[in-house]
Amino acid sequence: MYSILKAEKLNENIYLMVVKAPRVAKHCLPGQFLIVKTDEEGERIPLTICDYDRQQETVTIVFQPVGASTEAMTALKAGDSFMDVVGPLGNPSELVTDDVEETKKKKILFVAGGVGTAPVYPQVKWLHEHGIDADVIVGAKTKDLIILEKEMEAVAGNLYITTDDGSYGRSGMVTKVIEDLVAEGKQYDVCVSIGPMIMMKFCCLTTKKFNIPTIVSMNPIMVDGTGMCGACRLSVGDEIKFACVDGPEFDGHLINFDEAMKRQQMYKTEEGRALLRLREGKTHHGGCGNCGGDN
Amino acid sequence: MDMMKRVPITEQDAKVRATNFDEVCLGYTEEEAVEEAGRCLNCKNPMCVSGCPVSINIPAFIEQVKNRNFEKAYEIISESSALPAVCGRVCPQESQCEGKCIRGVKGEAVAIGKLERFVADWASEHGVKPQPAKEKNGKKVAVIGSGPAGLTCAGDLARIGYDVTIFEALHEAGGVLVYGIPEFRLPKEKVVAKEVENVKSLGVKIEKNVIIGKSVTIDELMEEEGFEAVFIGSGAGLPKFMGIPGENANGVFSANEYLTRNNLMKAFKQYETPIHAGQKVVVVGGGNVAMDAARTALRLGADVHIVYRRSEAELPARVEEVHHAKEEGVVFNLLTNPTEILVNEDGWVKGIRVIKMELGEPDASGRRRPVEVPGSEFEIEADTVIMSLGTSPNPLITSTTEGLEANKKKCIVADEANGQTSKAGVFAGGDAVTGAATVILAMGAGKAAAKGIHEYLSK
Repeated sequence: MYSILKAEKLNENIYLMVVKAPRVAKHCLPGQFLIVKTDEEGERIPLTICDYDRQQETVTIVFQPVGASTEAMTALKAGDSFMDVVGPLGNPSELVTDDVEETKKKKILFVAGGVGTAPVYPQVKWLHEHGIDADVIVGAKTKDLIILEKEMEAVAGNLYITTDDGSYGRSGMVTKVIEDLVAEGKQYDVCVSIGPMIMMKFCCLTTKKFNIPTIVSMNPIMVDGTGMCGACRLSVGDEIKFACVDGPEFDGHLINFDEAMKRQQMYKTEEGRALLRLREGKTHHGGCGNCGGDN
Repeated sequence: MDMMKRVPITEQDAKVRATNFDEVCLGYTEEEAVEEAGRCLNCKNPMCVSGCPVSINIPAFIEQVKNRNFEKAYEIISESSALPAVCGRVCPQESQCEGKCIRGVKGEAVAIGKLERFVADWASEHGVKPQPAKEKNGKKVAVIGSGPAGLTCAGDLARIGYDVTIFEALHEAGGVLVYGIPEFRLPKEKVVAKEVENVKSLGVKIEKNVIIGKSVTIDELMEEEGFEAVFIGSGAGLPKFMGIPGENANGVFSANEYLTRNNLMKAFKQYETPIHAGQKVVVVGGGNVAMDAARTALRLGADVHIVYRRSEAELPARVEEVHHAKEEGVVFNLLTNPTEILVNEDGWVKGIRVIKMELGEPDASGRRRPVEVPGSEFEIEADTVIMSLGTSPNPLITSTTEGLEANKKKCIVADEANGQTSKAGVFAGGDAVTGAATVILAMGAGKAAAKGIHEYLSK
């Protein structure tokens, strides 16, 4: 069992947890992910590692409920535990494995969307600890959905916050901020974009216009996370890649986002049914023809 | 009774079993087992033993069954095999022990597999367990992977007195026995979990959720955690795809994914992991895994076609599995090969385009090479396509272990006789070395490596 030391609700729909996982905490680097499983019947849920403490042997995860298993996770408190935690999985971010002296010469821009702010944080923090200050754009629909603002402020060079509805920071999408920054004369050698697939897609279309090489972190559907099932396969240029073992970070200008987004929807109905079963329990007897409660 | 024929085995009716996940074969009763054991000629020079990759003393255990001394029979099997209840169910006996049986020359071979299964199940029902080593030698050995190779190697080493820890990447022990082979062929709680418990009762520790090469490296195990030798039995887990158009469409799965969702994640028991069962399913491939995927889809309610590019004679699956699949209603499109997966506007599979094949000259495998028949393309309607084209070893361990040699196919290079790899103290066996093969061959390799490790650490 892997005990939860801290469980916090960051906003209406985003949760943070600090979990004791010695083997993961000892080896993980920014960019990698882990898989948690709450109990016997739960799914294996891949989550990016958002922070880690090698002394305390803990890792930090941030998640948003999207299906039955993540919904069940929201009920866990400090003192509870996960049945399974495995990792670190995937490859560390290139920024942390490349030669630091080379990286120091680069101007780096991070673009984070919504819950994607969490996986961006350890990368920015790692760079900051190595004397590199990166610019960070954080976008969300509205003010209440901005997370980790203080933490990010402490490690970012310049932090640009934007909300779709203009309720906080700048107004508009993250792509608009990229355009504004370039118009203001900022130049970037590399961009790292993490967030919902649709955001990463448009972010890549924007950075392509300005010829800024862009890395994205893909979060497709996975089962084992070790290369066994191939559920997470993506088209990257002419090649088929597995996000779990070849990624999760890829050249965003080569990803077929439209295909990836379609694949993301594959279990929408099945997940919806499981979620209904969980939320409504035995009160949900079917009859609607959609929920599967009849079976 | 006709001594030329074996005692028939009871199976669930094909129509009934096609709708459930209960075991197909119900096994011998005590009386049936004793009767079948009576057919054994107890040969002086038993050919069956030479056909067994782990050299079980077959005539000796059958003799004990004949005498109704089932506990003794179990002891004899346990000397050679850590997983008799598994092997009795999934070994290709027809090409191994039973294939060499003298009875088989004029009539039917003795049902050695079914007798092994009977003995193992009897022991399990009567709480008989293998005996742990009387004395421990205090030497630590790490075993990577809890599949057939790892469990066998760990069991053999523990019996000699080693302090063995198995590291398993998934959340359940058993490897392919748990994620790959379905419940109706190999029950998980009744058989696999019990066999794993038996290995643990020998003193073997199992640490789950550890991915060697990611959570910890082999060098760290040896330098920091005190393991004096390591056995790699990590299997061949990476699925292959064909590389044809449409393969990334929604509704196209590797057999590994489809089976893992159903078997390991227990989608059929309505656990939370979803499975896209499909209404019209096409399985591409002709191996045991293809049969497993097809029969799983059938049980989840689909019409199922198997598409295989060679003819029935070349099907790599066991005869029994093909027979069962046909009985249950799986349709075989033989000498047929996919050329494209047809996709609808929402990105979902709507069918599969295939081409007729004919057999030409033999290829490197000795089987006649299938050649396309020009102009013979046609379409099969499908909402789900399962690719079952074989698997290859995961490069995770070889890429993170310095000095560990792998070949072009990413298989670890190891001495067949003792499992020794290019790295001192590191041994390997099973699918990680051979590429995808059978449970019993992996067990044979695990056994050879246990002997190799014992010799290495006794120097």
